[in-house]
Amino acid sequence: MNETLPEIALWRGRGERVALATVVKVEGSAPRPVGAKMAVSSGGELAGSVSGGCVESAVFEEAQDVLASGTPKLLRYGITDEMAWDVGLACGGTIEVFVEPLDAPR
Amino acid sequence: MSAPAATFYDRLQEVLGQGLPVAVATLVRGNPLGAKLLVLADGVEGGLGEPELDAAVAVAARDLLAAGRSATRAFPIPGQDEAVEVYVETYPPPPLLLIVGAVHVAQPLCRFAKALGFAVVVADARAALATTERFPEADRIIQEWPDVALGQVAVAPSTSVAILTHDPKFDEPALLGALATPAGYIGAVGSRSTNQDRRRRLEDAGVSPTDLARVHGPIGLDIGAETPEEMAISILAEIVAARHGRRGGPLTAASGTIRGDVDDAVGNQPTSSGE
Repeated sequence: MNETLPEIALWRGRGERVALATVVKVEGSAPRPVGAKMAVSSGGELAGSVSGGCVESAVFEEAQDVLASGTPKLLRYGITDEMAWDVGLACGGTIEVFVEPLDAPR
Repeated sequence: MSAPAATFYDRLQEVLGQGLPVAVATLVRGNPLGAKLLVLADGVEGGLGEPELDAAVAVAARDLLAAGRSATRAFPIPGQDEAVEVYVETYPPPPLLLIVGAVHVAQPLCRFAKALGFAVVVADARAALATTERFPEADRIIQEWPDVALGQVAVAPSTSVAILTHDPKFDEPALLGALATPAGYIGAVGSRSTNQDRRRRLEDAGVSPTDLARVHGPIGLDIGAETPEEMAISILAEIVAARHGRRGGPLTAASGTIRGDVDDAVGNQPTSSGE
């Protein structure tokens, strides 16, 4: 699966910088498959989804960090226990999310 | 050493705009983290830091592209203890949906299919029906008889053909034409009695039982569709199911994987037209 997010072109057209988070590995059951994407703009906007709501806020924070540093990151989330309790998703799987800047930091 | 990701993103959009099959490989575990390799049918651009790695990844990427899958793969590096991991994202060309019959149902079918990522071609000999005004989202509109239209389209195993003409004069040449192609899904609209009559006529025309079994008729999944929009959903649901080798039905009645291609789960047996 792959996804395209039209918001990326919109944000970049406005001169904002964009970080892209992609699900690159899924172990067990997870809410979204490999290739699912979430984009985050330097203006603090968000589009798409890597976990259907489970870890989006954590990935959003990491993406802002990636935008500031310009260095990509590989994140690993077990979608279990406390997070599942928070959002009512008991998937039990693990996902790896790669977060990379589309544009160099300024 | 590797170009910034923006360059790759722009280059990828350019390649996708040309409708070329492409894979993007990203180093997600190892150094230089985030390095990219663009794998095209006839070459590569960029690099992951090691020419041997690039070559191995290009081979894996072309296999994944052919299978229409994206995945992370581990690659051992000589002289290093730990393998690097490379995420390969593939962009196969969009699957084609050929709609024969520019009828009312064809309009939401075209619209919804575009939203699902299909390239959509609408064919109808009737100039009043086959118009861009009626089908603004269509990639192509062919004002021709079905058999002629089929000859103007590159039909692959990933292609779906939905025959909506509801008139033997149009839909029989369309069915005979579609059956002569490797199309993975062929569906034809019509009531149960229409379909029985049609099957009989196709048999009389020398169509084999194997080929007859390729025809989904009446077209669509059993969701009680009444409006054109509901019929379009019913047809597209059947096409998506067939593309994944499934029959459709409630997930509560099935076991096994929820997403993607069929596994050996009970209740998810592949259809005859599965890929």
